[in-house]
Amino acid sequence: MEKEQRIAWEAQCIQEEPPACSTTCPLHVDVRQFMKEMAEGHVNEAYKVLRKNLPFVGILGRICTHPCETKCRRGEVGGALAIGSLERFCVEHYGSPDRVKLLPRKSKTVAVVGGDVAGLVAAHDLRKKGYGVSLLEAGNQLGQSFREYSEDMLPGSVIEEELGALKDMKVDVRFGVTLDAAAFEALCTEFDAVFVDRTSSECASLPLEKDNDGLIGVDPITGGTSCPGVFAGGKEGEVPIMLAADGRKGALSIERFLQQAHMTIGRENDGPYETRLYTNLEGIAPLDRVRCADPDVGYTLGEAVQEATRCIQCECMECVKVCQYLAHYKKYPKKYIRQFFNNEKVLLGAAHSSNQTINSCTNCGLCAEVCPNDLHMGEVCLEGRHAMLQGDYMPPSAHEFALQDMEFSTSDEFVTCRHQPGTQQSAYLYFPSCQLSATAPAEVLESYRLLCENLSGGVGILLGCCGAPAYWSGREALFRETLKTIHQQWQAMGKPEVITACCTCQSVFSEHLPDIPTKPLWQIMENDALIDNACREKDSGKTIAVVDPCSSRYDSEIQNGVRRILGNLGFALEELPLSGELAECCGYGGLVFNANPKLDNAIVTRRAGESERDYLAYCAMCRDKFVHVGKRTAHLIELLFPSVSGNDPWARGWLSWSERRKNRRRVKDELLVNLGETVEHTVEPYEKIVLHIDPELLRTLDSRRILESDLRQVVFHAEQTCKRLRHNQSGMFRANLKIGNTTFWVDYAPEDGGYRIHNAYCHRMNVTGVK
Amino acid sequence: MKFSEEEIQNWKCETCGEGLVMRKVEFSYMKGSFHAELPACPKCGLVLITEELAMGKMAEAEKALEDK
Repeated sequence: MEKEQRIAWEAQCIQEEPPACSTTCPLHVDVRQFMKEMAEGHVNEAYKVLRKNLPFVGILGRICTHPCETKCRRGEVGGALAIGSLERFCVEHYGSPDRVKLLPRKSKTVAVVGGDVAGLVAAHDLRKKGYGVSLLEAGNQLGQSFREYSEDMLPGSVIEEELGALKDMKVDVRFGVTLDAAAFEALCTEFDAVFVDRTSSECASLPLEKDNDGLIGVDPITGGTSCPGVFAGGKEGEVPIMLAADGRKGALSIERFLQQAHMTIGRENDGPYETRLYTNLEGIAPLDRVRCADPDVGYTLGEAVQEATRCIQCECMECVKVCQYLAHYKKYPKKYIRQFFNNEKVLLGAAHSSNQTINSCTNCGLCAEVCPNDLHMGEVCLEGRHAMLQGDYMPPSAHEFALQDMEFSTSDEFVTCRHQPGTQQSAYLYFPSCQLSATAPAEVLESYRLLCENLSGGVGILLGCCGAPAYWSGREALFRETLKTIHQQWQAMGKPEVITACCTCQSVFSEHLPDIPTKPLWQIMENDALIDNACREKDSGKTIAVVDPCSSRYDSEIQNGVRRILGNLGFALEELPLSGELAECCGYGGLVFNANPKLDNAIVTRRAGESERDYLAYCAMCRDKFVHVGKRTAHLIELLFPSVSGNDPWARGWLSWSERRKNRRRVKDELLVNLGETVEHTVEPYEKIVLHIDPELLRTLDSRRILESDLRQVVFHAEQTCKRLRHNQSGMFRANLKIGNTTFWVDYAPEDGGYRIHNAYCHRMNVTGVK
Repeated sequence: MKFSEEEIQNWKCETCGEGLVMRKVEFSYMKGSFHAELPACPKCGLVLITEELAMGKMAEAEKALEDK
């Protein structure tokens, strides 16, 4: 991941953007955090949150005109939070201000002219930053405009106490200072910078350029005046919080000026601004503002806490809400992106702390669909997988099994490309997919027969794999090579229109082989005349839940077409919580089933519980994965060709990985037989071994990704070499063999001319020496 | 990893006809290596890795090396 890419992706994730209340506040008080503390009854902590951004918190906390409330999102569901009243409650009930912590004293000094709100805040902020500050006031007291409030609203004692902080901070306050042009120029020489409070009576006599209103003219971003090093802010008639923001702006500018830093860069959000944070209010019940029992007294603690609990704690988290993977690792995209980047570029993969996280995304794209900025974590994770492969720290266990399965589907064991029997050309090319052939071989053959009978111009067939596993695992070269082969086969067949029966293949074709015209099988099957009447009566009136595969997300034509077919068949449909454009992945996508079986299982188990109804899938992997966790699920192709197997499609059980391969081989063999070709297989000697395996054990071995061919190879090797252990009492053998990167151990004993498998397990660790 | 005497005594290397004895066995995986005391044939060095070890400690170690 390059730095520019990281920055661009991070910018798309807006979870860390401050909420509207904070960005509307001229001083950016963290209102959300304040509310959180208040809701928990932590008034002390809430006070600290206010003090962090508000100077003279006891004053501003009482008199702020709370513009934040106008943008409070709670206002759209109930009423805006009483932020102003809660602030008042907090500063009234929490004691006097603590000592302001000052940064170490700096050598530079600043003069502040005018001791009202803007001047006071500028003096406070600059002194806090460590500068020596002299505050020059023409009158004989500070904070004139604070003194115009009623005693109820802002007691005089509070003003004295709060402004007393300046004395503690060792601000040099001078009263009765009047300035003429000469005195001002002397001031500019004596001090390194000057801030002028434009509400001060001295302004008129200062030798600074004035604007149309007769005020000292200032740069809108910096508050800089016509004289370098002199900054000004504040305006008669402004509300105190805006005046305070002007003072703060001046202090920031003076700091930059004295540090010789850039004056304007990165200051877009100095004052109030529109937040980029998105907060979905759907499902939030309206709640009215809590009223004070006694308006003269204001909120009691109980009322204040109750009011603060109305805060919805604005955040985005749209993707995390719908993605079990993102929720599982307890972060949000911006954090993941930073973590992946650091893993790759800072730790150089050495700590590979994110490997499993990067490999656990299904690449389904639901995050991008719900993200206000279309951030696609699948793309982020795919990039991460490329980097892992490039840096040679991709764990072999993550994708090896899936890639071996793909290797089978792109080998002669399955790959076949033929014109329709009896023809020499193809107007269409049926691409039923490796996974549909694996789960429904008879239905694939039957659907091919139907296509041949009903479409004119010849329907060829291409058995193979679209390469999605290579793509998901980050094996870019293998993916390109797979696409190239498909493209060549398609060209050799005379560039026919490809009929797909798998949504993943369909999306691979449209995205990566755009010159190949495609049509989903389901679109053809929408022609009611093609549907056998026997299909309709069987389940008429049954209500089922449709499982849209994640790869159909942007293909509403397929999604709607499937629903029309199901309607034609007489089913009533129930929609799952997330479907259509919000379709979820079953866990096969991104090869998560291989890289993180635990998460994969958790995803499919949760999804299986989303409806009591039987599920109807039109992705082979969805069908098999739901069935694997015990959910009654049928594939659409089984409903369209029910006579094929004679079984109840809703009750058909799980399939082992070995069986899946056998089924693919079967599709190829039967196809060749139909074409009158002789079927030849080179049979390895070990393949002739007969195994006896208890069904329950078979399921365990399948979950360990141990294939029957692995068992046969181990047994064959042990029988040939006698390299094995023998159990003294039972006579059972225990043998091992390393196949590829995995060492398989098998407990077995001869039985009925074959071998009884008692157990098998495997590991990837290699024995490199015995001492 | 502890092995019971019984477990070790139950197995014999078929080729060598020997009972198993505890030996220091070296392992490696993904740029990591370590060793453990495991039962093995004293003659040919055929090591016994039990299901418990393969699916437990070894699997954990593999995972740790893959995703430190």
